Amino acid sequence: MERSPAARLLLRLTTAAILLFIYLPIVLIVVYAFNTNRVPTWPPAGFTLEWFGRAAQSSEIRASLSLSIQAAIGATLVALVLGTLAAFAVHRFSFFGRETVSFLVILPIALPGIVTGIALATAFKTIGVQFGLLTIVVAHATFCVVTVYNNAIARLRRTSRSLEEASMDLGADTWQTLRHVTFPSLRTALLAGGLLAFALSFDEIIVTLLVAGPQQTLPIWIFNNYLRPNQAPVVNVVALLAIALSVIPVYLASRISSEAAGVPR
Amino acid sequence: MTGTATAAHRAFGRRLATALYRRPRLQLGLLLGPPLGALVIAYLGALVLLLINAFWRYDAFIGRVVTQPTLDNFVQIVTASVFRDVAVRTVLTAGAVTIADAVIAFPIAYYMARVASHRTRNILVVAVVLPLWSGYLVKVYAWRVMLLNGGFLDSVLAPIGLRGPGLSDVSAWLVFSYLWLPYMILPIYAGLERIPGSLLEASADLGARASTTFRRVILPLTLPAVIAGSIFTFSLTLGDYVTPSLVAGGTQFIGNIVFENIGVVGNTPLAAAYACVPIVVMLIYLLLARRTGAFESL
Repeated sequence: MERSPAARLLLRLTTAAILLFIYLPIVLIVVYAFNTNRVPTWPPAGFTLEWFGRAAQSSEIRASLSLSIQAAIGATLVALVLGTLAAFAVHRFSFFGRETVSFLVILPIALPGIVTGIALATAFKTIGVQFGLLTIVVAHATFCVVTVYNNAIARLRRTSRSLEEASMDLGADTWQTLRHVTFPSLRTALLAGGLLAFALSFDEIIVTLLVAGPQQTLPIWIFNNYLRPNQAPVVNVVALLAIALSVIPVYLASRISSEAAGVPR
Repeated sequence: MTGTATAAHRAFGRRLATALYRRPRLQLGLLLGPPLGALVIAYLGALVLLLINAFWRYDAFIGRVVTQPTLDNFVQIVTASVFRDVAVRTVLTAGAVTIADAVIAFPIAYYMARVASHRTRNILVVAVVLPLWSGYLVKVYAWRVMLLNGGFLDSVLAPIGLRGPGLSDVSAWLVFSYLWLPYMILPIYAGLERIPGSLLEASADLGARASTTFRRVILPLTLPAVIAGSIFTFSLTLGDYVTPSLVAGGTQFIGNIVFENIGVVGNTPLAAAYACVPIVVMLIYLLLARRTGAFESL
């Protein structure tokens, strides 16, 4: 289809407008984190680093940051183990219900968040588990498995098995082949999947709020404090921190996976 | 001493490897057991438990759940107008969000897939993926700050004599559309990229104008991708209670009622029964989506 210069320009402008729409609110939060005024008026009143100091001094914020990181690491580790195992099983074997496994892995993220949250909360209550770090990790792990699984299985499908066969033919046993051939070819895919799982867990609130009990992750801290007018500037700072800690892993993951896939940049 | 121990260790490893190699079913079981077990027990088990809970009854007098099978919760949901209104509002909002996202996503996805240079395209993909996975609550909160009376939107719109929508159901629609937009852009982009250029040339050679080619060739070929994206925009809207509580200014959605009942009120059975509404809606949606072949585009 021939596109006239006018049509191209229109498309380019529309794309720019949509990108502006996507990034404007995020930029605004960054700006307000440095705003001297307690009330988020536009334009901002002046530049200050005061709220960063306040946030750093708050033991509540430090505790919730620490809980968020612990939960994200825990969920990522569980997701790495389960996602990799499932990817190997689905890729290497054909068995009854193989398609169901992919479906089951996607389900926790495809079903509405409130459903996942209340189902897990009810289950934890029924078996009498105390709400806290453990329940958060279990809940996050169920929907983080999919990121590792997707990355691992995509890599497995792209790598040829002949390398493994060569390794076996040259006398390596299963473990040596796994360590020296299979794992190195999967490494970057697992890293990308793990980073995404970390970001997903760090960012989550809909399910977390239902299974965290009295504990506060960083998003829950924001949720509990956004209504307090006194806290508004500090909330902006914590929001900035929360977005940085989830954007960075996603950015790294996108770089790793596209480079490793051999996509020219 | 250690030498023999390592040797024994290695011999055991070899025997284990051989044993596993000879029994592929055992290998499969060991690989599949942990993830499947975890997901079936922790996730499907929890869902079943939720369903069972929906048939129990919360006794407000004694303040606890009576484990006696009853259909009361479902009757209440179908007959009480509050529940019906909120369910209808949520589903309609989810539909409106999906339409808005499809309309906004098309031009940028088209630009990415068929106009932009290779380099620009890669930058744009990262720019769309970044907000997909990160900063959910921060973005909602940012919108709240923008929407508040006298906030950013009001200030920016004032010179042209307009006002922002404030905190309202329209805001909820706007913010939902904003949040789930990347989920729609990516599948449409992938779908557009797959269309061979020769098809578009053929259409032009046969005398079709750009608008006809778009309507008769591009749109039908990308429809499965749009439906794949709509699964996310629909499901995410149905299951959210955080966004409405921040930006909808008191207007309730399904998620809010479920959250209130399980949290403040403690009426888990009613919450469980009401949570069946989004489940059923999603199941119907998924069944319809599957018939269009959208699952291949996921």
